[in-house]
Amino acid sequence: MPTVTMTVNGQQVSRDVDPRTLLVDFIRNELHLTGTHVGCDTSQCGACVVHVDGTSQKACTMLAMQADGCEVATIEGLAKNGELHPMQAAFKEHHGLQCGFCTPGMVMSAVDLVQRNPDPDEHEVREWLEGNICRCTGYHNIVKAIQHAAKEMRG
Amino acid sequence: MYQFDYHRPTSLDEAAQILSQDDEASLLAGGQTLLPTMKQRLAAPSQLVDLSGIAELKGVREDSGQIIVGAMTPHDTVANDKTVQAKIPGLAHLAGEIGDPQVRNRGTIGGSLANNDPASDYPGAVLGLGATVRTNKREIPADDFFLGLFETALDEGELIKEVAFPVPKKSAYAKFHNPASRYAIVGAFVASTEQGVRVAITGAGPCVFRVPEMEQALNSNWSADAIKDIKVAADDFNTDLHASADYRAHLVTVMAKRAVQAAG
Ligand SMILES: Cc1cc2nc3c(=O)[nH]c(=O)nc-3n(C[C@H](O)[C@H](O)[C@H](O)COP(=O)(O)OP(=O)(O)OC[C@H]3O[C@@H](n4cnc5c(N)ncnc54)[C@H](O)[C@@H]3O)c2cc1C
Ligand code: FES
Ligand code: FES
Repeated sequence: MPTVTMTVNGQQVSRDVDPRTLLVDFIRNELHLTGTHVGCDTSQCGACVVHVDGTSQKACTMLAMQADGCEVATIEGLAKNGELHPMQAAFKEHHGLQCGFCTPGMVMSAVDLVQRNPDPDEHEVREWLEGNICRCTGYHNIVKAIQHAAKEMRG
Repeated sequence: MYQFDYHRPTSLDEAAQILSQDDEASLLAGGQTLLPTMKQRLAAPSQLVDLSGIAELKGVREDSGQIIVGAMTPHDTVANDKTVQAKIPGLAHLAGEIGDPQVRNRGTIGGSLANNDPASDYPGAVLGLGATVRTNKREIPADDFFLGLFETALDEGELIKEVAFPVPKKSAYAKFHNPASRYAIVGAFVASTEQGVRVAITGAGPCVFRVPEMEQALNSNWSADAIKDIKVAADDFNTDLHASADYRAHLVTVMAKRAVQAAG
């Protein structure tokens, strides 16, 4: 089996894997970082979104081997020193979640948006969330949370 | 997924060599089409040749007045590239309308063109601008590249290196998208070029095509009005739960008019 090496949340990890291993399965089953979810497994829902080399990507539509040598960030890597990332704090504060299944993907996707566009308007947030599906909230509070977090992150 | 071996070569020659030795080997670009297909076991390549390690395939540059887009350039890069935005706004707009942000972060122009999905966007720009597809073997003009449903002029083992887009006087893309996937139900790319107007339609039929009647009308009068009565035949158009062939034929005229308007 080939060996894959990547940096996940700042730590280098190396494992022998079957080349068929999806990045999301590698993260969940090998690294036991189960915050990254599998909703559809067909590239539609965005529950599996992580960052690869700084941009948001669907980890169910990527092989672990494709992340060889890359920097991967998952939801577990966002909080620093026990303090929630502003995006996580805003989701909590503004009720941007109900069951929470879509939330890790939503948050990782939203962080990518705010990194590119520090002050997105409502329309831009909604357009950006095209690849993230939520069955509970109706999106309204998610949009609100992201805009508040953006403000917080601008300082 | 069925079993396969994975390679990430660092040169085109190396990639071509693996392909030439194994008929069942497949190139892997962004994987946004190939991996879902393999998961469904509709494709079962023996080896995957990941092109992401070949630096020369990635990025946008200007060369002799043309915009050259490397095969491994993600849609997001094309959408946000300042040169593309300034010189071919229709192309930047089209790339920014593909799928969702995560698909645009990984999906590539090379993968999209090689796949030639009837509902995909890029074939519209490549045919609409009269671009040239450059492979490891030759240069293929857009008019000769798209052959039919999921079919292109690429030979076995031939790989796309880059696409050369001539800069038009103006261009625009108007898409009636599938609200779930964002694929084109009908997309119209119009361009006014040094050699005349080109109109390319994607999504409607089995393969992207040009509409000569519209091109002629727009050559003498660049306005949405000039094509408002030009209808295309729905004969071989796609029919699915999203739209009937007749509705798609209707949308061709609507979308082409909107594209002309957007190009200004
Ligand atoms: C949820 C979702 C929504 C989408 N929405 C849209 C949309 O709205 N519009 C749209 O146009 N597309 C859409 N797509 C498709 C997306 O644009 C893909 O990126 C694209 O079709 C394939 O590009 P890829 O880089 O992922 O190629 P891959 O999936 O890696 O490869 C596709 C095929 O091309 C071959 N190939 C790849 N690179 C080369 C090369 N350089 N030379 C020769 N052959 C090559 C591969 O062997 C394979 O057969 C969507 C996809 C998803 C998952
Ligand atoms: S699990 Fe990856 S997009 Fe749904
Ligand atoms: S909070 Fe339940 S799916 Fe989004």
